[in-house]
Amino acid sequence: MKTTGKSWGPLHPKTDETQPAERLAKTGLPRERQLELYHFMKLTRMLEGRLGNLYRQGKVVGGLYSSLGQEATAVGSAFALEAQDMMGPLIRNLGSMLVRGVQPREVMMQYMAKSDSPTGGKDGNTHFGDLKRGLVAPISMLGAVIPVMAGVALAGKMQGKNLVALTYIGDGGTSTGDFHEGLNLAAVLNVPFVLIAENNGWAYSTPVAKQMRIKNIAARAAGYGIPGEIVDGNDVLAVYEVTKRAVERARAGAGPTLIEAKTFRMKGHAEHDDAGYVPKEQFEEWKPKDPLERFERHLLGNGLAGEEDLKAIVAKIDAQLNEEVDFALASPMPPPERAFEGVYA
Amino acid sequence: MATVTYLEAIRQALWDEMEQDERVFMLGQDIGTYGGAFRVTAGFLDKFGPERIVDTPISESAMIGCAIGASMMGLLPVVEMQFIDFISCGFNQIINFAAPSHYRWGQQVPIVVRGPAGGNVHGSAYHSQNPESYFHHTPGLKIVAPGTVADAYGLLRAAIHDPNPVLYFEHKYLYRRLKDELATGSDGVVVPIGQARLAREGRDLSVITYGAMLQVALEAAGRLEGDGIDLEVLDLRTLKPLDQEAILATARKTSRVIVLTEEQTTGSVAGEVAARISQDAFEWLDGPVHRLCCPDTPVPYSPTLEEAYLPNVDKLVAKVRELASY
Repeated sequence: MKTTGKSWGPLHPKTDETQPAERLAKTGLPRERQLELYHFMKLTRMLEGRLGNLYRQGKVVGGLYSSLGQEATAVGSAFALEAQDMMGPLIRNLGSMLVRGVQPREVMMQYMAKSDSPTGGKDGNTHFGDLKRGLVAPISMLGAVIPVMAGVALAGKMQGKNLVALTYIGDGGTSTGDFHEGLNLAAVLNVPFVLIAENNGWAYSTPVAKQMRIKNIAARAAGYGIPGEIVDGNDVLAVYEVTKRAVERARAGAGPTLIEAKTFRMKGHAEHDDAGYVPKEQFEEWKPKDPLERFERHLLGNGLAGEEDLKAIVAKIDAQLNEEVDFALASPMPPPERAFEGVYA
Repeated sequence: MATVTYLEAIRQALWDEMEQDERVFMLGQDIGTYGGAFRVTAGFLDKFGPERIVDTPISESAMIGCAIGASMMGLLPVVEMQFIDFISCGFNQIINFAAPSHYRWGQQVPIVVRGPAGGNVHGSAYHSQNPESYFHHTPGLKIVAPGTVADAYGLLRAAIHDPNPVLYFEHKYLYRRLKDELATGSDGVVVPIGQARLAREGRDLSVITYGAMLQVALEAAGRLEGDGIDLEVLDLRTLKPLDQEAILATARKTSRVIVLTEEQTTGSVAGEVAARISQDAFEWLDGPVHRLCCPDTPVPYSPTLEEAYLPNVDKLVAKVRELASY
């Protein structure tokens, strides 16, 4: 197992208010691309804010899931993929989906069960996919996407498509049989596959210590004979760089990589859950490590953007989300007869 | 046309598909060098290579999941369960990933999961099962269970090209016991999924069945001829979706129905067939619809116990006489 090398530094660096230049990982990403990263992270957070409003207004008919605090992991990893690559996002990977071209209105309509949602009201939240955008829809049974994406990678290899398949799993999801079976199969078949384990401390109300006896999920990679990497999941540049290395490795035919992103779930499992079981100190410890604020400090402190640049990005997102909400609200509920359609292809 | 066994018909269907369509490939345990536990894929590795004949770890869930992913990418995977009993280890992938995929997000999952089912070979509890009813309940799946050489061939070819996930349950008792003439290659006949076949026309009583029990029904029909009882035998062939029309037609014709299957009785496909007849052909019936299935026990090992467990010709003849005189 190796870490991300020089760029790594201490896992939970202390924030120094007197030194606004946040020391994030070194990257070859030019300024424009870094501002895109910022856009997608900010879009994720602001979209989830709007979804929270819709939830409180009773417009969201089911549960609402947040990725607050984990935006860097989702956005940074998705950003490392090429157009032909395939991804299986989970419930806390809204940011990954936005990077792949999902529009906020699609997510809003999914949550509100509208007729024009990507699933036509048949499924909710982020449970939809679109192969044209390289997105495979997840199922709620954790781990199940891992062998499926291994199969996507296998097909890509057989078809000579030069693609890489990437998916995610939480700390809790690593306890499933499919985590083992899927990662092992991917390793044995040597397919171009990247698995990002988001260690966010909690699986619903279960802390990591009740999920496993090891400290680092990445250590499990040794059991499959593949590289395991640990990355600061709240440093979007570090996530991007480590994922890019794994993706390039996979594309070159060297097989799968397991990446553990250390991060923290800043809300409950879902909107109904106040996370009262999480010790307050943990939130306090992680609040200064907010991935978006850290990235802002990096952009501002290193002269990559000025306050006005960031404000302009936020204003643009805000205006877009206003339109997206209006569009989503205007969509009707699906016609009842649709319930009976589409069981078979 | 050559005379082939039921097993050879399965092998031939796979062979013809692999030869004609490069999207078709196989995943399974010991299917490569060893040629499969029952030799269904003997010779395939040499002909098609390790890229298309993929030996896997003992990971049914990952095998099926992997096939699902590959099928989404436009390939046509066929997954072999070494014994169909082990399909339970891949249950989640089948019922939660593959089956609802088209309904949930419009994504086709054209996979085939196939393997040897059924008893009467002293395989005991984990090498004799008939798991169809676990899957019969799940929308989005198709299930076929051939009882003839022609159907073993033709249904497998149809299953591979069906855009939906298809479970293909082949009966291991028939593997080398059943023989018939078979056209293959470009002359091979595809059997459409969803159509039952009238295996024997009769006037007095209908036996609705599939798989190895088809032979039991046909043999019983021959024996009952001497008694002046003319059996009609409907071979379902496809268990999901059921051929409602053919089921109701035979029930309305003879007015007496026995549903003969090798499942445990409770919650069986046979129960669903009986329910449909009771609901939609009630006024035509001259007696209760009977399920002649296995008792609600695991499959026992000892020949004397397994004989007691399985339906057979004697048990069917007795049940026919009972219902005929109702």
